[in-house]
Amino acid sequence: MRKMFALLVALTTLAASLAGASAQTQPQPRRGNQRRGAPPTKPESGTPSAADSASAAGAAGDVLIRNATILTASHGTLAGSDILIRRGKIAAVGASLRAGSDVRVIDATGKYVTPGIIDCHSHSALDAINEGTLSVTSMVRTRDALNPNDINVYRALAGGVTAQNSLHGSANTIGGQNVVMKMKYGRPAAEWLFGAPPGIKFALGENVKRSNNQNFIIVGQPQPPRRYPTTRMGQEEVLRDAFTRARNYKRDWDEYRAAQTRGERNAVPPRRDLQLEPLVEVLEGKRFVHAHSYRGDEILMLLNVAEEFGFRVKTLQHVLEGYKVAPEIARHGAGASSFADSWAYKLEAYDSIPYSSAIMTRAGVLVSINSDSSERARRLNIDAAKMMKYGGLTEQEALRLVTLNPAIQLGIDARTGSIDVGKDADIVIWNGHPFSVYSRVDQTYIEGELFFDREQDIKNRAALQREREELEKAEPNQAPSAGTPAGAPRPNRRPGGHDDEDTDGGHDNR
Amino acid sequence: MKHSTHATVFARALSLSRDFAARAALLSIVAALSVVAASAQQASSNMGPAFMSGTPGTYAIRGAHIYPVSGPDIENGTIVIANGKIAAVGVGVSVPSGARVIEGRGLSVYPGMIDLGTSMGLIEITEQGATGWVDTQEVGELNPNARAFYGINPHSAHVAVTRVNGVTTVLSSPQGGLVSGQSALVNLLGATAPEMAVERAAALVVNYPRSGGGGGGFGGFFAVQQQPGAADAATQRERQVEQIRKLLRDAEAYGRAWDAANADAKLPRPDRDVVLESLVPYVRGQRPVVFRVDREADIRAAVRFAEEMKLKPVILGANDAWKVASFLKEHNVPVVITGVLDLPNREDDAYDLMYENASKLQAAGVQFAISTGDTAANVRDLPYHAGMAAAFGLPRDAALRAVTLNPAQIVGAGAQLGSLEVGKIANVVAADGDLLEARTNIRHLFINGREVPLVSKHTELYNQFKDRK
Repeated sequence: MRKMFALLVALTTLAASLAGASAQTQPQPRRGNQRRGAPPTKPESGTPSAADSASAAGAAGDVLIRNATILTASHGTLAGSDILIRRGKIAAVGASLRAGSDVRVIDATGKYVTPGIIDCHSHSALDAINEGTLSVTSMVRTRDALNPNDINVYRALAGGVTAQNSLHGSANTIGGQNVVMKMKYGRPAAEWLFGAPPGIKFALGENVKRSNNQNFIIVGQPQPPRRYPTTRMGQEEVLRDAFTRARNYKRDWDEYRAAQTRGERNAVPPRRDLQLEPLVEVLEGKRFVHAHSYRGDEILMLLNVAEEFGFRVKTLQHVLEGYKVAPEIARHGAGASSFADSWAYKLEAYDSIPYSSAIMTRAGVLVSINSDSSERARRLNIDAAKMMKYGGLTEQEALRLVTLNPAIQLGIDARTGSIDVGKDADIVIWNGHPFSVYSRVDQTYIEGELFFDREQDIKNRAALQREREELEKAEPNQAPSAGTPAGAPRPNRRPGGHDDEDTDGGHDNR
Repeated sequence: MKHSTHATVFARALSLSRDFAARAALLSIVAALSVVAASAQQASSNMGPAFMSGTPGTYAIRGAHIYPVSGPDIENGTIVIANGKIAAVGVGVSVPSGARVIEGRGLSVYPGMIDLGTSMGLIEITEQGATGWVDTQEVGELNPNARAFYGINPHSAHVAVTRVNGVTTVLSSPQGGLVSGQSALVNLLGATAPEMAVERAAALVVNYPRSGGGGGGFGGFFAVQQQPGAADAATQRERQVEQIRKLLRDAEAYGRAWDAANADAKLPRPDRDVVLESLVPYVRGQRPVVFRVDREADIRAAVRFAEEMKLKPVILGANDAWKVASFLKEHNVPVVITGVLDLPNREDDAYDLMYENASKLQAAGVQFAISTGDTAANVRDLPYHAGMAAAFGLPRDAALRAVTLNPAQIVGAGAQLGSLEVGKIANVVAADGDLLEARTNIRHLFINGREVPLVSKHTELYNQFKDRK
């Protein structure tokens, strides 16, 4: 089924690419797409629309990256080595690889290659994904709110990110279903999905408490309704109640199916419940739980409830006090996806320490570092590098925090997360060591296709500037005569970088 | 020649915003609902007297790679620290008898880093429910005499967490209103604020009103509700600028009145006024006035205003500084950029626009420093802000200077801090690699010539839990 879909995409892409090539005299698709780079610009002439978007999408040509230092994330660092990309996959890794004349060769002498970075907690490309009106909103899905035009996806690509876990907000104990996507900026959102296992967001602690709508009181306005729960006690009870109901619901269906199997013709199916269906999938181990959590006590509470109902928490998200209960997390078998070093932005974050990832790793917990921020997503390589200092992880352990480990946590490690033959060619070329603050991304590939190219980005700027000036001259865009300021208010870097309780899209909203 | 009294200054401050009462009511409701349950976790094994005040003594780091910043690098050099100051730097420097010697092989020695964009010590926890630990902002719009010095908590956990990453000095500033108050320049070591202070009243902070409204105070929030027209906003802005102007003129007049009275005993002595008196050094251009502005039009306006009032301006924030680099150079105005890691403002801005701000200022010859712009918790990331600027065009030595000597000079402490020169305060960092790299470990730390243990709330919790089974 998935393969058929992929084939369909490939055929559509090829057809569109050919159309684009003929309309714009682009290089042949087999030679790879040179136009990837900045947000797609309008062609100098000719009609836009189909041809334009096709050229932006391009086709994945075969590529040979030659003579790089390769940090594989799975089997160490390879000096002076090559990577051959065929049909979007890593076909070979080694020294002095050979390739046919139809393969585009990139000389990466002096450069570094890593797997694409995977951000295990993001709200970029999402609009309004904090359905906190009920305590259990397992029926809603972030995939229904994907915004493929969010420029922050492109900015993350420019920081080497190739996939992200697009999560619901943290206003309620059981939130909505997440989606894992590749950062295929310029493509329709449907093409960003690649069959990653389904998941769901849970949340514990203060965000759930304060989200019972008491904190935003406007003088003279009627009070918004209060929502249960408003304590950590209530959060435990919400979980227990929801999974008790899910267990009953599963039993009803199991009994119905058993009756059908027995040939009982009068068996009546239970009424479908879209809220409980995903929770049944959790009970059956078919849906991953990603649980926003801070304090050690609430982490233990969740692990206990999960063990009582017979499921395993896939990842604890943020998990700031994970270091205090690392042995318990390891025994449960949950992964931990944390910030590198954020702390003290809330009281429940006051005991957060940057050594937490190292302590949990040493305790046997699978750990990743995430951004939860469109800003911070752009420099997860540096967040990983910090973990060598804070607790002394090795270079490969640190690199895995943002590549292979999140891939395992999201169930996509057969596809991506390391430089290994057979995996998707999700690859980043850096102009220096990826853990150096002085380095930057030269190119980012997803499935062998170039989605960020610094050189091309810079080349496109003059054309973009001209386009902007043209648009500013257009009558509907004239500034009002009284002098309304140009530009939006300054975005705030920090608050959104910590916490997703009020996330209302991919824009680091407070 | 006339001057305002204290009372009229505050009457003006109070009448400034019509919705002041509403704001106060809102604040009190918010405060009442916020649960304050902050329990400091301070005392424990490693946090003895040295943790608080360091260990004074004579020290020598011998055979290290020394980056004085003020001059060329020194291979295999020696630095001597005595009586709180740098006593000697160079090759073949003799080590005084009795000095504790640190073998510097493999170590790189730098001046401590300086961040001018913080509110260190004035706030412990930034969001959600610790209002009992926030002293960043006074009530009203004009608070020139609110001094960070009196609000700084020397035992904030942020102090040690920040210094063990090599940031040894910060400018801690009040926030909010039109004139927020006065900043303190403090070293991150000491049992009391006086022990920390390099300069108790180092700068005056002005939130220069934004074109289009939404300037200081709570304006941003209420601007959304009121949706004023552009003309109204322009008028409001002019009114706000006029308020600042009048305050500064009053201070200047006050200063001249006292000068005259001091010179001629026959003249009447003016009433003492602590507010106006505190402003005199600023209106005379003796100390810097920090203007928090980001946008091109506002930067230009702030510089022109400062020139009109004969102030010594510093632009803080300055996301649009690259657009006005030649203007800043021409007017010889220094800049502290806090937005290296901010997302670009507009969707169609280049992805690296903010990363490149610093290199464009460097190319134009503008004097600038790099700051985190963070109140406290993330100030320890200062080197990585500079590093990102260096990844996008800023020469590495300029990046280092932007977090050491430049900020010292900009805040008027260039003779005391920011480089490894004889006679300067011995804020010295010895690291096992490049100071700006995230992988680098700090190995030795000296503040005020005192050796500081590399201990913080974070290392304490690490040690407490790292071996828990």
